[in-house]
Amino acid sequence: MSIDNEIYSLTVNGELHQVKDAWIGESLLYVLRERLGLPGAKGACEQGECGSCTVIIDGQAVCSCLVMAATAIDSEITTVESLAEKYGLTAVQDAFITEGGVQCGFCTPGLIVAIEHLLNKNAEPSELEIKEAISGNICRCTGYGRIFEAVTTAVATRKATQS
Amino acid sequence: MSVVVPRTLTDALRAMAANPSALLLQGGTDLMVEINFNHRKPVDVIALRKIHELRAVKIDGETISIGAGLPYQEMESGQIAELVPALGQAARTVGSPQIRAAGSLGGNLGTCSPAGDGLPVLSALDAMINLRSANASRNVSIHEFMVGVKRNAKQPGEIIVSATVPIVRGWQGFAKVGVRNAMVISVASCCLVVDRTKGSIAVALGAVGPTVIRCRQAEQWLSTNVDLKQDAMIGAKLAKEFGERVANEARPIDDHRGTAEYRRHAVATLASRLLQRSGAR
Repeated sequence: MSIDNEIYSLTVNGELHQVKDAWIGESLLYVLRERLGLPGAKGACEQGECGSCTVIIDGQAVCSCLVMAATAIDSEITTVESLAEKYGLTAVQDAFITEGGVQCGFCTPGLIVAIEHLLNKNAEPSELEIKEAISGNICRCTGYGRIFEAVTTAVATRKATQS
Repeated sequence: MSVVVPRTLTDALRAMAANPSALLLQGGTDLMVEINFNHRKPVDVIALRKIHELRAVKIDGETISIGAGLPYQEMESGQIAELVPALGQAARTVGSPQIRAAGSLGGNLGTCSPAGDGLPVLSALDAMINLRSANASRNVSIHEFMVGVKRNAKQPGEIIVSATVPIVRGWQGFAKVGVRNAMVISVASCCLVVDRTKGSIAVALGAVGPTVIRCRQAEQWLSTNVDLKQDAMIGAKLAKEFGERVANEARPIDDHRGTAEYRRHAVATLASRLLQRSGAR
């Protein structure tokens, strides 16, 4: 499929969005934030090192800054905005609040997506598996201790609510 | 600008034939960085991410062929990591989970940076790279494929389809040094493969020269001093001299990731350690 009319559609959080009047080489991160009004994914390094732009594409957690948006046609894109019901929080999001896992909050959306992705594949990850899963998400102020506590709490909450 | 997202290799090759100057986009971990930083403004892009044929893995008993678009996360464990342990180890050191879900051997080969973590493994295993154009297919040795810093033997109109490596009986490993443990680009890397059947050893270095470097002299020296057909303990003294000989064949430079002196020291240590691991029980 060739896209040269500079209009294409993306499926984000289950809804089809048309992207128009945009340069076709834009990153998915830029398109989500600036074209589709979904500012949950954050832009910091723009080179795949910080993980703050993490989204799920076709079941894989990836850096949206490294995806050319127009190539994600026919893909299922999930962003942090759709993880919880409207006005609600997931167990992971709630645990970030109760454990103090959020300070400036800039890395938080990327971490939340990476952790939700981990727990959906592996409900009871080991300490090493948690560390590995968030190794691509850089936090510069909260500190990983509290973030790690938040994951541990979320694992317990999810387990309790499922049983 | 145009973006083509072909579903099949045939369609991609047709698109390439129609526009040989188009840029190929695989996982995006190199090209998108250049675009994000305005270092490159592509005119036409052919994105390969939807082509399943480029993710194929074929095993024929003696060799394993890995599709150029297979993400590194698929090599971290399972069949590929069992049959080609050095590739499994290299795959696990690439970037982060997010990067390993996108990056591939095809991307490493296409970019041809000497720091690409898959490349020392392909070099140590004498990989053959399959390149296809609309009306031809050819296999090129990895040693001829890598031409220089970010330069390779791929011709306009060609697509990198796969890398084929032998399934070797004997120990193999990969190690690298970066500025921290997670999420790093190599400052220096090393792959070592012992072939017990042939009684030979192969050592390839990454990020210490314009392309990946094979240390033929150190390999030759070791195979004349040790019977590599036998499973043997490697003494510390022998391993140290081997490391020094390996480092002598490196051609490192000073850059923002490290100094030449440090890199030379690092590859000596990496090669020495890998050799000792090869003999450990």
